[in-house]
Amino acid sequence: MLFDIDAAVIENRRLSEDFSVLVLDAPAIAAATKPGQFVMLKPTHSSDPLLRRPFSVFEVIRNSNQTPTAISILNKRTGVGTSLLYEAERGATIGCLGPLGRPFEPVAPPAEAWMVAGGVGLAPFVTLATRLQKLGTPTTLFYGARTAAELYYTGLFEQLGVHTVLATEDGTRGTTGRVTAPLGEALSALGEQNAIKLYVCGPTPMMRAVAALAAEHRRECDVSLEQVMGCGMGGCYSCVVLTRDPGQAPHFVRSCLDGPVFNSRRIVWEALTH
Amino acid sequence: MDLTVSLGTLRLANPLIAASGCFGYGVEYAGAIDLASLGGVAVKGLFLAEREGHPPPRIVETPSGMLNAIGLQGIGVHRFIAEKLPELRRLGAVVFVNICGTTLDEYVELARILSDAEGVAALELNISCPNIKEGGITFGCSLTGTHSVVSAVRKVTRLPVIPKLTPNVTDVASFARAAEEAGADAVSLVNTFLAMAIDVETRRPRLSNIVGGLSGPAIRPIAVRMVYECRQAVRLPIIGMGGIATANDVLEFLIAGASAVQVGTANFVDPLLWGKLIDGLTGYLTRHGIERISDLTGTLDTTKREHAWISS
Repeated sequence: MLFDIDAAVIENRRLSEDFSVLVLDAPAIAAATKPGQFVMLKPTHSSDPLLRRPFSVFEVIRNSNQTPTAISILNKRTGVGTSLLYEAERGATIGCLGPLGRPFEPVAPPAEAWMVAGGVGLAPFVTLATRLQKLGTPTTLFYGARTAAELYYTGLFEQLGVHTVLATEDGTRGTTGRVTAPLGEALSALGEQNAIKLYVCGPTPMMRAVAALAAEHRRECDVSLEQVMGCGMGGCYSCVVLTRDPGQAPHFVRSCLDGPVFNSRRIVWEALTH
Repeated sequence: MDLTVSLGTLRLANPLIAASGCFGYGVEYAGAIDLASLGGVAVKGLFLAEREGHPPPRIVETPSGMLNAIGLQGIGVHRFIAEKLPELRRLGAVVFVNICGTTLDEYVELARILSDAEGVAALELNISCPNIKEGGITFGCSLTGTHSVVSAVRKVTRLPVIPKLTPNVTDVASFARAAEEAGADAVSLVNTFLAMAIDVETRRPRLSNIVGGLSGPAIRPIAVRMVYECRQAVRLPIIGMGGIATANDVLEFLIAGASAVQVGTANFVDPLLWGKLIDGLTGYLTRHGIERISDLTGTLDTTKREHAWISS
C-alpha cells in the first residue's frame, strides 16, 4: 500500500554540520514499512527543486502502545534538497511518498546477519536490525566512517542486541582505515559450517569491495543501492542498474522496483560508476 | 457536468492522459491509482525489439525542470502485447501505444501488429524523441518525413493515428499541417526541448548522452504558445502537453486550443495528482457556469480591449 502524506516535522536532530535525523509524522507509512524500504521526500511545494529524493526509512518510531506513529530519515546535506531537509524546523511539512522498493530478506537463526555500513549508508539498518532481533538472529554491524564523530547511533544498535565492529579512516575510533579490513578478517576466520548473510549499504567503492569479499568467501550478500531517481514508482526509467541474470545478456533494471535491495551477484559492478 | 472529450472518433472520460515515457507501461501505477479514471494512458515508447537505452546518468534536474536521456529502454512490442496489454485491459485503461521506428517500415509493422491486438485505443507516433540518433526525430524534423510516416501508418490501421510533434523546429504549426494532410486523427505536442547541462567542476556533461530533453514547468509557456499556433493552422484535435502540474495549467492548454492534455513530469513528483486535477477542473467549470469541458477548447479571447484609463 502506497501513501502520500504531507508529513509534519516532529523533530530535526542535528547530529553535525552536515547530518541530521528528521522525524516525520507519518503513521500509515510507519506501519507499512518493511526493512530497507525507502520514501520519496519533497521538502518544498515550489518547483525548485522539482523532483522528490529517495531516502531509506531510518527508524520506525512507535508510541508506548507499540503503535507505529512516525518515521525518521538520516539526511546528509549535499545539495539543495538535502539542505532544505537539514534546515526544516518542527511544524514544517514535507511531502512523503512511500513505502517503496524491494525490502531486505532477513535471515533466521541459526544463520547470522552481518550488516556492513559506510557513512550515511547506515540508514537502512535500524529497520533491519529491529526485524532481526524479533527473529532472534545473531547480528553484527561493521560500521565505518571518516572520523569518530561521524559514527552515529552505535548505542541504538547495541540496544537492539547488535554486536558492533567499528572503523574510522583517521583512527579516532575502532580500527584505523576502511571497515572492509575487519570484515575481510572476520570472513576468513569463519568456519565453512557457519551460515551468515551479508547486508551492505554505503559508497559504491565500499559496496563493490564487500560484494567481492562475499563472492570470494561464497556468502550471500544483499546490497542496497542508491541511484539518481526521478519518481520512485517505475515510471521514468532513470534509476537503472546494469544487472546480469543467468542465461541472459546484462540488462538495465529499475532500482526503485527491482531494488533498492539486490543480491550482490546480480550487479555488474564494473558498470556502476556512482 | 461533462468532462468527456473527443479526439475524432475516440471518446475519453476526461481530458487527462498520462504522458508517454513518464508512466512506465501504466501497470506500475495500478496499485496507486485507478487507471480507468484517467482519460487515457500513453505507454512508454515501443520499438519492434527490446532496447537497453542509455547508461546512467539518465536525468538531471534543472531550474523548474529536468533533462532526460533515457534512450527509449523498452521491452519491445511483442512482450508489451503479451505481458502488459492484458493487464491494462483488465484495469479498464484507455491505452495510447506510443510507437517508435528507426525506419518507416518499422512504424508500419508496429502499426499492423498493434491493430491486431486487443485493447489498443490509439497509436501515438513518436517522431520526436530527441535522445536517439537514428529514425524517430529525423521524420519529425522534416515536413516530407512527417507526411510520409503518417500516411504510411494511416494506410495499415483503423486505429486513431496521433503523431507526437517535436518543438525543436522553427515552425511547429507547419508540421501539424503536414500531419493533417497525411490523414492523422489528432496531433500531440510538445515532446521535450533538446537541451544540456554541464558540471563545471569536472567539465563533464551531466547526462551520459551529453544532450537530453527538457521537460517540466520551465517549458510550459513555450508549449502553450505552440499549441496556440497549431490551433490556428489545423482543424485536427490537439493533445497539449509541456509542464502541466495543476488544473490551471490544464485549462491554459485547453483555452489555447487543446482538446485533451498529457501530464508527464508532474506525475513523477506527485503520482496521485490526477484526482486533484479533476477537482480543480470541475471547480473551474462550476465557477464559470460551463457545462461541458470540451466547450473550452480554443476559446482564447484575443479581442482588443478598450483601455479607458489610457485614453482619458
